[in-house]
Amino acid sequence: MRSCCLRQLGRVDYGRALELQRRAAADRKAGLVPDHLFLLEHPHVITVGRNGHMENLLASDEVLARAGIGFYPIDRGGDVTYHGPGQLVGYPILDLREWKRDVGAYVRGLEQCLIDTLAEYGIAAGRIEKLTGVWVDGRKIAAIGVHLSRWVTSHGFALNVSTDLSYFRYIVPCGLTKPVTSMAALGVRANLEEVGERFAAHFGRIFDCEMEIVESEIPV
Amino acid sequence: MTDVVMPQMGESIVEGTLTKWLKKAGERVERDEPLFEISTDKVDTEIPSPAAGTLAEIMVEEGKTVGINTVVGRIDEAGGAAQASAQAQPKQAPAAAAPPPPAPAAPAPPPPTAAPEPAELGPLSPLVRKMAREMNVDLAQVRGTGAGGRITKQDMEAYIAQRGQAPAAPAAAAPAPVQAPSPAAPLPPAGAPKTRIEPLSNMRQKIAEHMVMSKRTSPHVTTIHRVDMTKVAKMRERYKAQFQASYGYSLTYLPFIARACVAALRQYPLLNASLDGNNIIYHNEIHIGIAVALENGLIVPVIRNSDEKNIAGLQRSIVDLAARARSRQLKPEEIQGGTFSITNFGSFGSMVGTPIINQPQVAILGVGTVDKMPVVVDDAIAIRSICHLSLSFDHRLIDGALADQFMTKVKQVLEGWSEEVL
Repeated sequence: MRSCCLRQLGRVDYGRALELQRRAAADRKAGLVPDHLFLLEHPHVITVGRNGHMENLLASDEVLARAGIGFYPIDRGGDVTYHGPGQLVGYPILDLREWKRDVGAYVRGLEQCLIDTLAEYGIAAGRIEKLTGVWVDGRKIAAIGVHLSRWVTSHGFALNVSTDLSYFRYIVPCGLTKPVTSMAALGVRANLEEVGERFAAHFGRIFDCEMEIVESEIPV
Repeated sequence: MTDVVMPQMGESIVEGTLTKWLKKAGERVERDEPLFEISTDKVDTEIPSPAAGTLAEIMVEEGKTVGINTVVGRIDEAGGAAQASAQAQPKQAPAAAAPPPPAPAAPAPPPPTAAPEPAELGPLSPLVRKMAREMNVDLAQVRGTGAGGRITKQDMEAYIAQRGQAPAAPAAAAPAPVQAPSPAAPLPPAGAPKTRIEPLSNMRQKIAEHMVMSKRTSPHVTTIHRVDMTKVAKMRERYKAQFQASYGYSLTYLPFIARACVAALRQYPLLNASLDGNNIIYHNEIHIGIAVALENGLIVPVIRNSDEKNIAGLQRSIVDLAARARSRQLKPEEIQGGTFSITNFGSFGSMVGTPIINQPQVAILGVGTVDKMPVVVDDAIAIRSICHLSLSFDHRLIDGALADQFMTKVKQVLEGWSEEVL
């Protein structure tokens, strides 16, 4: 069985995490390291994918700066999204050639991990056709946006655990005018690290790999 | 020639959107070097070049969605750059190459620092061509950020703004190798320009977006009530000087109106709510936003817990928030979380207005001028201080009857003002 290094990083600045992903993806492409799953949370930040529409960002730079929200245009799929404290963010760095060589299956797999994780907390989450992500009663609880280069994945998902949903007012999440929700909003109090552990277990099962916990400081 | 195709990215995936060419037609590319990007189902993928050579032809434009195995371009493994780009050009740039430059058309060797050939500009939109003509812009000097390095309207505007120069004679911009325009010697305009182009400020853009979003989100209805402010006016006259003396600022009508709104919001909490999907969110706290006009925009700072403040407290908050809004010293939390808004267009002389709801709120009160007017009181004509208050509300959530009950309450409080001011 392939092994996948699991690293729970805690709160990491977006730019730093981006650099970390880039390095891990480059090493993965070069075959220097095994697959990785980074789990972390970000300080307040808004990111826009390559195909994003700036009109889905509702606040001016000034307002964002004043609200202490960072802003990054990046190379993942998907539109505008928000990350912040209380949100479980996962960046799997996987070589899909060693799994199914199928981006559709990969995205469905990520959704399944999230759905199964939420089910453990008694939340019945599911998919909406053509709208990638995980939904609970028409509200988005987790967003997905992936970048692929030579079949190596980066970026990933963001699951609202106890996210302050009011920050989503600055954006039209993923360009959709659908509401967002969180585990907390659905009445589930959960600790980010614990949700991460449960997610990692499902991830190992669905992506058919053995999760190896790597305790390490973030390389600066 | 090697065909470049839309790759198969997975079993269930039958098509992909070509989002970006990372190489231009005529550009050299190595085997395995990223050549273009595609997007399928929230996944962005860089596709490496299948061969080394020159990108001879781009057959699928950026933004187009095509089925897998569609040929999107061709790579010429043998051809030099010159030949390849010559092949690519007829497809790429019919527009810019149109009028042959009058004087330097001879195939003289270009100077080493020559501006890029117009053919490399790619297709130009009619708008860009028109702007170039009117603003006398040498397109070779403009950096294109659009698809495939294409020059967009925004690029033109940015260039013109940066050039910081009045439009010169509206002569056709000859695509001759021109030197960078020297700001020291602008050409005298042949006639007055008919238009002036200026990019929107960030704030303006956001305001524009919010206004359109609000109108699209909520069916707005506005109801207008005439309120007799005579009692409040008297109160204000009586305490104005004392207010100025003890607090250092004047006493306006606005805190009275905010106070009346608090009373009405308490009685009709649906106006202090938001609509979230199929749920109504009732806000248990009352945070009233006060629209403040800025030099080129507006901002709505929030008086938090407005219901816990008396007239002096509300007036103090209004003065303080407005001053800091104008000096741009508001903290982020001070412009967030409002549950209802008031906009005082009366201060600019407007008698009646129909304000736009500040989303995700569901109602906004507009305050007109307070004018002395002859009105009929007990079958006699009297002079009273009259103000028109208009309430725009979200008809998804609030019906006219409720809106008018709310307004009647506001009116009652103001007309029968009984609360102490100091």
